[in-house]
Amino acid sequence: MRALWRAAFVIARRDFTAVVLSRTFILFLLGPLLPIVIGFAFGGLGERISRSDLRPAVGVALAPAETAAMLRAEHRLVERMGADALPHLQKAPLAPDPRTQLADPDSQVVAIISGSLTRPMLTGKPEDLDRLQGDISLLATAALAERTLRFVPVERQEVATSLGAQAQARLLIGRAAQVVIFFLTILLAGMILSNLVEEKTNKIIEILAAAVPIDAIFLGKLMAMLAMSLVGIAFWGGTAFAIFLAVGGQPAGLPAPAVGWPIFLALALAYFTMAYTLLGSLFLGIGAQAATVREVQTLNMPITMGQMLIFFFASYAVDHMGSPAEIAACIFPFSSPFAMIARAGQDAAVWPHLLALLWQAAFVALIIRVGVLLFRRHVMQSGGRWWKQLFRPATG
Amino acid sequence: MIGDTPAPSSASIPAPMPVFAVEGHGLVKTFGNFRAVDGVDIAVPAGAIYGILGPNGAGKTTLLRTLLGIVDPDAGERRLLGASQPLRMAQQVGYLPEERGLYPSMKAFEAIAFMGALRGLPLAEGRRRAKALLEDHGMGAAIAKPIRQLSKGMAQTVQLFGTIVHEPRLIVLDEPFSGLDAINQEKLEALIREQARRGVTILFSTHVIAHAERLCERVAIIAGGRIRFDGTVSEARDRLQPQVRLRTRATDGAWRRALPPDTMAQEGAWHFALPAEGIEPLLRALIDDRAGIESLSIERPGLHDAFVAIAGEAVARQMRDEKDKEARA
Repeated sequence: MRALWRAAFVIARRDFTAVVLSRTFILFLLGPLLPIVIGFAFGGLGERISRSDLRPAVGVALAPAETAAMLRAEHRLVERMGADALPHLQKAPLAPDPRTQLADPDSQVVAIISGSLTRPMLTGKPEDLDRLQGDISLLATAALAERTLRFVPVERQEVATSLGAQAQARLLIGRAAQVVIFFLTILLAGMILSNLVEEKTNKIIEILAAAVPIDAIFLGKLMAMLAMSLVGIAFWGGTAFAIFLAVGGQPAGLPAPAVGWPIFLALALAYFTMAYTLLGSLFLGIGAQAATVREVQTLNMPITMGQMLIFFFASYAVDHMGSPAEIAACIFPFSSPFAMIARAGQDAAVWPHLLALLWQAAFVALIIRVGVLLFRRHVMQSGGRWWKQLFRPATG
Repeated sequence: MIGDTPAPSSASIPAPMPVFAVEGHGLVKTFGNFRAVDGVDIAVPAGAIYGILGPNGAGKTTLLRTLLGIVDPDAGERRLLGASQPLRMAQQVGYLPEERGLYPSMKAFEAIAFMGALRGLPLAEGRRRAKALLEDHGMGAAIAKPIRQLSKGMAQTVQLFGTIVHEPRLIVLDEPFSGLDAINQEKLEALIREQARRGVTILFSTHVIAHAERLCERVAIIAGGRIRFDGTVSEARDRLQPQVRLRTRATDGAWRRALPPDTMAQEGAWHFALPAEGIEPLLRALIDDRAGIESLSIERPGLHDAFVAIAGEAVARQMRDEKDKEARA
């Protein structure tokens, strides 16, 4: 066993340094930051667009006093409901009639209110009328009630904890952790699929297979890719945390998961490791059977779709704690890490996690073993019936 | 069933060397319907340079891979340095496969140290030895060069150093001379001799007989997946009759009746196998009948001739058998 781990460590060290010391690793680290930067840029732009250009503008062609009342009503309601909730009102001339004004190529409004506050007439295209009619009615009602309608004051009664809010926050934390682990796994584990192609195309596999058990090759490759992924996660996590602090975020203000933050973070790391190695060992086993990079690429899509299904299953289970579906998601090895991290958000018991981690680790070992035996049989053209050798020592 | 030699617990305390460094009994390895190794018995004495000779596709590589534990046999037993599970002895074995393979981006000394590390040599020690090996063999300039920048011959030498860097007790080389120029072949021969002098067992396969003839104490000739001959080079050569080459002034005469029936005329000389009764009766006839002997030489056949005869005969027999089988089917 010691020899197996020693050999795996030699392989892992080679793979890890080969990847981390390459120039492409910088791109790997910066890659995920790119969407964030683009997100910020387009987010800001989008916000400006939604604030200025995308709010429908409606012309108000009422008597001056009524027009002023409408604009004041808009101002008061926007204060409470937000700018995006209501159309933007602007003064429109009383003449010519709304039809003529809307036919003018220079018109800046999508519809025009005419008539009076008590009987407003909205002119515009049917689809615009459909979406604006209710808002204009609300604005006209608020304008009419301007004098009599006041916002009712609400008294405050504070409590230290709200179990409903806490449960909701914990569910949210569980969901968030589940999504983060899933996306990190799907982003990073895919690389393992093509991991043995280099050894096969460069004929290095022969040297490795003569020197160390193939189990050690698989294990070493998995360890290297996991270590590389953890380097990436540390970098991205560190960057994200720095940004969070830089924009004035308060870590203490975050709601705590059921098991507490330290255990939750440790479990998140452990479940990511398990999700990664479970999927990685499967990828490694499947990818090892492929003869070319093209075959690997073809395999990538169906595997990712399968992974999505598993995630949806685990995601569904989060909302049904203790249900048969949730228990099944916790037991089924591939969905177990996702289901269990969500459980850690909502349930304070720690022992089920130790059990789950052992269960998942056993499955990693089993998947690696089956992958190795299939590799020996189909690629190395060695060995008899693979299931007979399933529990044979790796060195013989 | 012979008991296994226990795997050494530490590299510094090697297990005692068994009489045979490599053993195989009734080894069979099939790929589909093709029997690449067909009931092979082999025993490589410890400390020997042992050659496995065979034509292309004879089963040399599959036999070596089976003995090393890269593939498992379908039948038969194998023992490597006394262990029936070859990978247990991996730290004491060096292997140069026929298809050379190195990571192209790795530096030469790192590649050697990595191969040593795979066989249990600490990385730092591997790096130190790698640099020394490269410098001692005039490749100091290549130490820090990535493999992709080396010539094919240099890369092959790097791989060879990777095979011996951990100072194994058994070195297995599959077609080690292929792809090397004459100078590098000479260097490789010297390296093999040097290793053998240190008591290392060398097992190598080749289809170029000259190397085996110069290096090996024992050879096995394999054809069609079976061992057709196993013995010393001298024994292989003795399988054929010595060849007589006779040149005479007279082209015809009564003396010609004394020539053996297999005599052939080639380039103005008579060629035939040395008769079982010796050369004297023929000499007497040549002198009595005034053949006018210009020259007469008796040449012992080389390993090449023995190989062609043994392997060729085996291949021909196999082809005949296959034809018969097809006809019967």
